Amino acid sequence: MSQHLIFSNIDEPGLNTLEVYKQRGGYGDRLRNALQMPAEALVEELKASGLRGRGGAGFAMGMKASFMPKGDMDKYLVCNADESEPGTFKDRELMQKNPHQLIEGMIIASYAAGANNSFIFIRGEYEQQADILEAAVNEAKAAGFIGENILGTQHSLSLWVHRGAGAYICGEETGLLDSLEGRRGNPRLKPPFPANQGLYQGPTLINNVETLYTVPIICEMGGAEYAKVGVEGSTGTKMISISGNVQRPGNYEIELGTPARELIYGLAGGPEDGREIKFWFPGGSSSPVLLPEDLDITYDFNTIAAAGSMLGSGAIIVVDDSNSAVDICLWLAEFYKHESCGKCSPCREGTNWTVKMLERVQEGTATPMDLDIMASVQKQIMGNCLCVLGDAMAMPVSSLITKFRDEFEAHLERAQAGVVV
Amino acid sequence: MKAAEQVPDPATTPVPDALRAEIEDLMTRYPDPKSASIPALAAAQRLHGWVSPEAFRQVACVMRLTPAYLLAVASFYDMLDTEEKGSRRVYVCTNISCSLRGGRELLGKLQDAVGDAPDVQVRGFECLGACDIAPMASVDGVFVGPIEQHEIDDLAKQIVDGSDPLPAKQLLKRPTADEGARA
Repeated sequence: MSQHLIFSNIDEPGLNTLEVYKQRGGYGDRLRNALQMPAEALVEELKASGLRGRGGAGFAMGMKASFMPKGDMDKYLVCNADESEPGTFKDRELMQKNPHQLIEGMIIASYAAGANNSFIFIRGEYEQQADILEAAVNEAKAAGFIGENILGTQHSLSLWVHRGAGAYICGEETGLLDSLEGRRGNPRLKPPFPANQGLYQGPTLINNVETLYTVPIICEMGGAEYAKVGVEGSTGTKMISISGNVQRPGNYEIELGTPARELIYGLAGGPEDGREIKFWFPGGSSSPVLLPEDLDITYDFNTIAAAGSMLGSGAIIVVDDSNSAVDICLWLAEFYKHESCGKCSPCREGTNWTVKMLERVQEGTATPMDLDIMASVQKQIMGNCLCVLGDAMAMPVSSLITKFRDEFEAHLERAQAGVVV
Repeated sequence: MKAAEQVPDPATTPVPDALRAEIEDLMTRYPDPKSASIPALAAAQRLHGWVSPEAFRQVACVMRLTPAYLLAVASFYDMLDTEEKGSRRVYVCTNISCSLRGGRELLGKLQDAVGDAPDVQVRGFECLGACDIAPMASVDGVFVGPIEQHEIDDLAKQIVDGSDPLPAKQLLKRPTADEGARA
């Protein structure tokens, strides 16, 4: 069993209150020590931890913080709590059960980044979690942990919970910024990156909930000690969400580098009796699918990438052999079509045409050549847009067409023959 | 110029006091008050049941923006209704993890069971971030699941009555799945 740094005793009654959180050492010495260090030293500590962003891209958190320019301009910290990658639900449980640890992480990260204004951008669907977070923020404000001269130091911070209104693309950091500025959530051209020009054109550090939630743990353990957990290139523990055809779906804290089989079968119980795994998404619905023979690889950023997929947000979706690859492919494509913001043609048109072609496969009006066209459409989307939403469809769709080509062909032959499929 | 392209005149645009106060409070939270657009539209939707033309005018009046701008914003977001569909919102997740566990069948059956109850909308929705309780639904923001076949009629009744949906199946009451995280 791996150690629990994030999720230990997560169901402790009242943990969402300031009182219980403080009894666990929250807002205590580790916060005071962090705010009394020079900000540069704090950034070095974060770098030493090796913590990689937990939102999906896996960028080194300390490195990102170090990109924030020095100087007296207004700087911002934004917590990305838009969690909408299908299959991902870890941030929801963290915010709901232990909101103060996220807030404490934001106080420390904002100090490291030199930011005095911060926002938590939470997806609008998480109404219950937003209410809990807001109550926690109000408690923290009343106790002086948010506001002027926190714990008597020079650091001041404002923090507001900002609720979104339902759009997957707002999880993309620049789409999020536009939405937070009161606009449609269209992604921006990068560069400039948010660290240089982000919210209101000011330098902005954007981190995922779990990343910020982990910061107090790093401050308590020390960066070097934290880096001893996990494996090289994927330090620390990570929340993973396991869902789909497993017996015990849920959030689990794991040490990075654990074999995937242990996670899917050991923690989540594997598929129902009599069923076998057909394929699995290692990092949300945007990750290329892996097969049963990939189950013995270890679950960490680099190994999953070497296997041709990505760890993403840590959401494992298991699909058993009772399902058709064609159906799943269509469900996926429908989602990305709905969520495409429409700004870039390859994504707007590519997601639309992929859905149309998959519907033809379903109906039996497609030909095998259409599968090649569909594969080529995916290639034309990849890397050709401002953000990776289109790629996020193209990657899993391509992997399904490649790995289950026989099934697609058989499906459309049966459909053409008029056999009910 | 069309009315929607002009900032509404406060003298001829009555705004309920509570809504005005809420929007003005939201506007103080941001260096640029325009950031309050989406929360302000959500507040107006709570009051009117949807973002009606009147709701747009009221938000625009307080925020000193045009209704056209706000319509462009609102139409981007799934939770803001620019057509009247029912102020009680039931979202059934039809994304992959829920669909693997019967989410699509649940949507159809729940829609049938709720029927044409007034002011209620039951619609499919993208991943709601609760795949651990698949198949699931959000009933006016309350997450419930996993919803079993035999519970659909009860849930429909609770939705129509406005009573607490499947109390034993609400997400907030669910303990962690991770045994190692228990004390």
